Amino acid sequence: MEKYRGFSFTKHFKLFGIISLIMISVGLVSLILTLCGVNGLFNFDIDFVGGTTFEFQLPVGVDKTVTDRAAELYQDAIGKAPSSVTSSGENGLRIKALELSDTEVESVRDAIANEYSVDIEKGYQVERVSASVGRDLSKAAFTASLVAVVLILVYIAFRFEFKSGIAAICALLHDLLVMLSMYVIFRIPFNINFIAAALTILGYSINATIVVFDRVRENRKNMRTGNFGEIVDTSIWDTMTRSINTTITTLVVMVMLLILGVSSIRNFALPICIGIICGCYSSVCISGPLWNVFNKGRVHKR
Amino acid sequence: MKKSILTLVIVVLLVGGLLFAAIQGIGSFIQPVSEGVVLGLDLVGGSEITYEAVIPDDYDYEALPIEEGMEVARTMMQQRLDALGYTEASCYISGERRLVVEIPSVEDPEKAVQQLGATAVVSFVDADGKVWLTGSEIQDAEYEYSPTDSTGLSRPHVKLELTDEGREKLHSASTAVLARSDGKNYLAIQMDGEQISAPYVNEALDTNSVIISIGSTEDAEAEARYLANIISAGRLPFELMTAKQQTIGASLGEKSLSTSLKAGLIGLILVMIFMIAVYRFMGLISCIALVAYSALFAVAISVLHVNLSLPGIAGIILTIGMAVDANVIIFERIKEELRMGKTLRFAIDSGYKRAMLAIIDANVTTMIAGFVLLWQGSGTIIGFAVTLLIGVVLSMLVMLVLTKALLKTAVGLKITNLKLYCA
Repeated sequence: MEKYRGFSFTKHFKLFGIISLIMISVGLVSLILTLCGVNGLFNFDIDFVGGTTFEFQLPVGVDKTVTDRAAELYQDAIGKAPSSVTSSGENGLRIKALELSDTEVESVRDAIANEYSVDIEKGYQVERVSASVGRDLSKAAFTASLVAVVLILVYIAFRFEFKSGIAAICALLHDLLVMLSMYVIFRIPFNINFIAAALTILGYSINATIVVFDRVRENRKNMRTGNFGEIVDTSIWDTMTRSINTTITTLVVMVMLLILGVSSIRNFALPICIGIICGCYSSVCISGPLWNVFNKGRVHKR
Repeated sequence: MKKSILTLVIVVLLVGGLLFAAIQGIGSFIQPVSEGVVLGLDLVGGSEITYEAVIPDDYDYEALPIEEGMEVARTMMQQRLDALGYTEASCYISGERRLVVEIPSVEDPEKAVQQLGATAVVSFVDADGKVWLTGSEIQDAEYEYSPTDSTGLSRPHVKLELTDEGREKLHSASTAVLARSDGKNYLAIQMDGEQISAPYVNEALDTNSVIISIGSTEDAEAEARYLANIISAGRLPFELMTAKQQTIGASLGEKSLSTSLKAGLIGLILVMIFMIAVYRFMGLISCIALVAYSALFAVAISVLHVNLSLPGIAGIILTIGMAVDANVIIFERIKEELRMGKTLRFAIDSGYKRAMLAIIDANVTTMIAGFVLLWQGSGTIIGFAVTLLIGVVLSMLVMLVLTKALLKTAVGLKITNLKLYCA
């Protein structure tokens, strides 16, 4: 099999490394700062920290006067101020607040529903989470990611080699950190869907990486000459069309959800879209070249 | 040639049958997907309420282990749901000390939350409605069998253990009831104002244990157990606090469902157009497989009664994209083999063989992520994991087996112009 003499991903690894470092920096720094106790970097939804979210479908369009009036009604009803009052879609009114008691929730609901004659059975939704449920969720999310990463590492180490497993995991962490960056930059609500999105990307990104690694495994057997870097480059180019086409087909459906979906679906589809693009980038530009770095100096002989 | 035509007929029948099964259902085993799938509250509207037991500091774990206490609380909740008319509601224990109640389409969710979460009050009431005794004076309630009577039968009954204060109150109550001359010599036991039982008082009671006899009907034992359970519930040693509540209006739910389905359908069509544009004849075959996959998936989630909510739908849509991936990998391989000058028949065999390892490895890792979600996730995330796992397994099956059979059939039918295979 001929080796590919076009653009070399392994020789330009430094460039990709720098690009990636910039992309993950926001997420990584925010993560560390948040763990150190800095608040407000992530737009934490009530799933993780506890609180109340109301959403009303109003018969009128929601603009500034409506949100201001809603905040007033809220204040009058229970004597507290809401955390935020925003519009959601054309007719959606969304109110976020701290943990409220059963009767407080009822008072707020009645105040808003009466003012705008909302049909409670149809056009009203509320979500309440206590802080203890939120803590349990964070714990579950952390355990799930950790266990998934370890299991995937074991599987790849078993099917390929340990170094490739480490390279694949680095690509994975890279994708997750880029996702975190996007959550910070676009203020995407950080909620239970993040876990689903993150694990989807975990599976998807590893999927793409493995297709490349599978080629490396095969080309290693078949190529007569060349060092490991050349084998990696050849394999990346061999699988390039697949990488792009698969990204397009998966992205098409998720983008449709992003365009047509309701707000909760959009908040789920956006990080997955970003993750899919990112997974494609990392499987082409990061994981293979990184495996090569770990294998530095090894000349492939047949 | 004959064999190829036969394969083609079988495939057409199979795909048609799957579509029919998905839309119309077959017999009682395969329900149409619109009936077999359980739609989540976020798609049909309704309330999900999670109560958390607030365990007081001086809680006596010996007297009533939390586990038993939760079981009592669950019985109490079910009783209340029935009493309030939420017959379609369900209630289950989640984790160590949480109780989840699901009520589809509820008129006034906040009222339901408060009514359900209130602590039950058991009371002993006479015919005039005077309350003599309440749950706080009951120490314990259990069901047991009476000693064999003169007819040699042993009957189930409920035994209440009262506090000393309760004993005094019961004494005055029974004396008063016994003295009635209007024939209403009974003491009703009520929970939240609803009568559970109304035993007649035959003598003045001055004892810490009270026996409530339950006739000798067939389900007397079940009734005795039930009674003991809800009387215990009245003296539930912990309060139930609303830990989580999610109420979704029916119209919001419908909108989520319809837009997601629309997005999925348009996405599916776009993927098909892309596949045909890029892989021509092979793309067309892939499209047939995609239709078969979608139908099979619908049948699967219908038979398994998967609880489908929004993330679950997102999971389905994602698996469509990933299902095509297996074909993309294979078709690229076939193209490569053709470019190297192999014959079509050989290129197809070799393409599938060489793509297989990559596809299996890639899908196994996705499944690892899916199983971890299943294990650690809760609620809607589990729905997402289930659809993802079903999707991965079915897509491997359909996209590998069906497309290969169809491609070989095409070769058998002499559809061998290499331009069709974009080489």
